[in-house]
Amino acid sequence: MSATPAPLPLEDQVAQWRQFVRRRRTIHSADITELEDHLRTEVGVLTEAGLAGDEAFLVAVKRMGRLDELSREFAREHSERLWKQLVIGDAGSATTTAAARSDAFVALGFAVAAALSMKAPALWGHGFSEQGTFYVRNGSLLILPHLLGYFAWKRGLGVTRTLLLLLPFAAGALFANVYPFGERSNTALLTALHLPIALWLAVGVGYAAAQWFRGSVRMDFVRFSGELFIYFVLLGLGGGVFIMFTVLMFNAIGIDARPLVQNWLLPCGIAGAVLVASWLVEAKQSVVENMAPVLTRVFTPFFTVLMLAFLATMAWTGNPIDVQRNVLIAFDLLLVLVVGLVLYAASARDSSAPPNLFDRLQLLLIVSALLVDALALAAIAGRISEFGFTPNRVAALGENIILLVNLAWSAVVSVRFLAARAPFTAMERWQTAYLPVYSAWAAAVVIAFPPLFSYV
Amino acid sequence: MELGKDLVAASATPLVLAIVAEGESYGYAILKRVAELSGGHLQWTDGMLYPVLHRLERQGLVAAKWGTADNGRRRRYYRITKNGQAELTAQRKQWQVVDETLRGIWMKAKLA
Repeated sequence: MSATPAPLPLEDQVAQWRQFVRRRRTIHSADITELEDHLRTEVGVLTEAGLAGDEAFLVAVKRMGRLDELSREFAREHSERLWKQLVIGDAGSATTTAAARSDAFVALGFAVAAALSMKAPALWGHGFSEQGTFYVRNGSLLILPHLLGYFAWKRGLGVTRTLLLLLPFAAGALFANVYPFGERSNTALLTALHLPIALWLAVGVGYAAAQWFRGSVRMDFVRFSGELFIYFVLLGLGGGVFIMFTVLMFNAIGIDARPLVQNWLLPCGIAGAVLVASWLVEAKQSVVENMAPVLTRVFTPFFTVLMLAFLATMAWTGNPIDVQRNVLIAFDLLLVLVVGLVLYAASARDSSAPPNLFDRLQLLLIVSALLVDALALAAIAGRISEFGFTPNRVAALGENIILLVNLAWSAVVSVRFLAARAPFTAMERWQTAYLPVYSAWAAAVVIAFPPLFSYV
Repeated sequence: MELGKDLVAASATPLVLAIVAEGESYGYAILKRVAELSGGHLQWTDGMLYPVLHRLERQGLVAAKWGTADNGRRRRYYRITKNGQAELTAQRKQWQVVDETLRGIWMKAKLA
C-alpha cells in the first residue's frame, strides 16, 4: 500500500472526482478528504497488483459506489445537512472557516458600533424617547454608515472609495439637521422617510464595490435588500418577545424596566439588528433558499385577484373612489407593493427559461395595477387644487409618477417578452437601471422640499 | 453467495465495532479486514462504510481523529470507546441468541 508514484493524470482525475463529489451538499469537504484517502489507497493497491493508472482509478471509483446512493447515505446520517446550516460552522476547509469567523467578528463589531452610535446623541441631550423628530431624521445616518463600513471591509474598498461613499452621509447629516424644522414639521417627517432611501444607494454602491454598473450585481443588491428586510423583521419579532419578557420579569419584582427598554434596548437593538441581519444574509447567501422570491410567488396570484376584483366591483357598482386626504399615499403603497412583486419575481427567475403562466399572471397584475392607479389619479386630479399642494401631497404625487412610469414600461417589456420579441434580461435590465431613480427622487425630497415649503 | 441488504446492514455495526476493537484502524483497512474475515462473501460498497463509521461516532461508540498516513496523506483513524465495548458485548449476546436459535431449528430440520 506504499504510495506508487502517481502519474499526473491521476492527480487530475482525483481533482475532478473531488469537484464532482463536492457538488453533493450532504458530503462535506472533510468527508471528501476521508473518501479521497480511501480512493488513493485503493488505486495504489490496484496499480501494485498490475493495473494501469486509469484502470485502477476507474475500478476504485466504481467500488466506492454510486454517488447518488452515497450522498443519500450521508444525508441519512447527517440529516441536519439537508437543513443547510445557517451559520457557517464546521463546513468547509480551515481557511474558509477562519474567514467566516473573522467575518462574524467584524460584523459583530460593526453591530456594536452602530448600537453605540445610536446612543451617542444622548451625550448632547437627545434621548431616544424624546418628543420631536431628531431620531427619525437621523436614524439612518447613525446606522447605515456602519453597514457601509462592513461592506468596505468585506469588499476591500480602500480608504479613498470608502470616504467618497461616506460623502452622501455627510450631506445627509447636513440637510437633516441645518434646516430650521418646526415642531411637528411635515417636511421633517418627509426627510426622515426619504433619507434612508437616498442613502441606500450609497450602501448599494459599497455592496457592489466597483461593479455597480453591472446589472447582475445590482440585482444581487436587490436580493440582498429583500432578504435583509425579512431577516430584520424576524429579528424584530424575536426582539419584541425579549423586550416583553424583560418588562414582565422586572415588573414581577417591582422594578419598572420600561425606561431601560426605551432608552437602551430599543435603539441599540434596532441598530444592531440591521448589521446582524446583513451579516446573516451575507453568510448564508447561496446556502439557504431566498425568501423574498418565495413570498412573491405566493402573493402575486392573490394581489392579481384583488386588483381584478376591485376593478370589477367598481365597474359593477359604479362607486367612485372616495377621495380622502391620504388616498394618494394608499395607492402609492399599492404601487410600491406591485413593483416589489415584479422586482423580486425577476430577481429569482431563470432568465433563459421561456415565458410561462406566472409571467402572464404578472403582466395581468401590472396592467390591473396601472388601471387602478389611473382611476385613483383621475379621481384625485380633480380635487388636488381644492386640497392644496402640501409637501406630503407633492411627494406622494412624485412617487406615484415614478412608480407608474416603472410599471408602464414593465408592462411593455413584459408584453415583448411574452411575444418572444425580447429576452427576459430586458426586464432585469429595466428594473435594475431604474433603481437610482428612487434614490434620486428621495434625495430631491430631502434637499429641496424643506426650503420649498418653508419648513412646515 | 450474496448476502441480503438487510442482513448486511444489521451486521455492519457489530462487525465494524469488533474490527476497531482489535485496534485503531481506518476506513480502507477496515474494509480489507471485513473482506478477509468473510472470505469475500460480505461485499460492501466501499463508500457506504463511511456513513456507518460516522453514525457510530455520533453514537459515541467509536472515537475518530485525524492523523497522517505513512505516505503523508491526511487519514481519519477510528478506535473503540468504552460505550462501544459495552455495545459490542451486548450485540454479541444478541447475535449469539439469533445464531443459537437458527442453529437449533436447522439441526432439527436436518434430523427430520
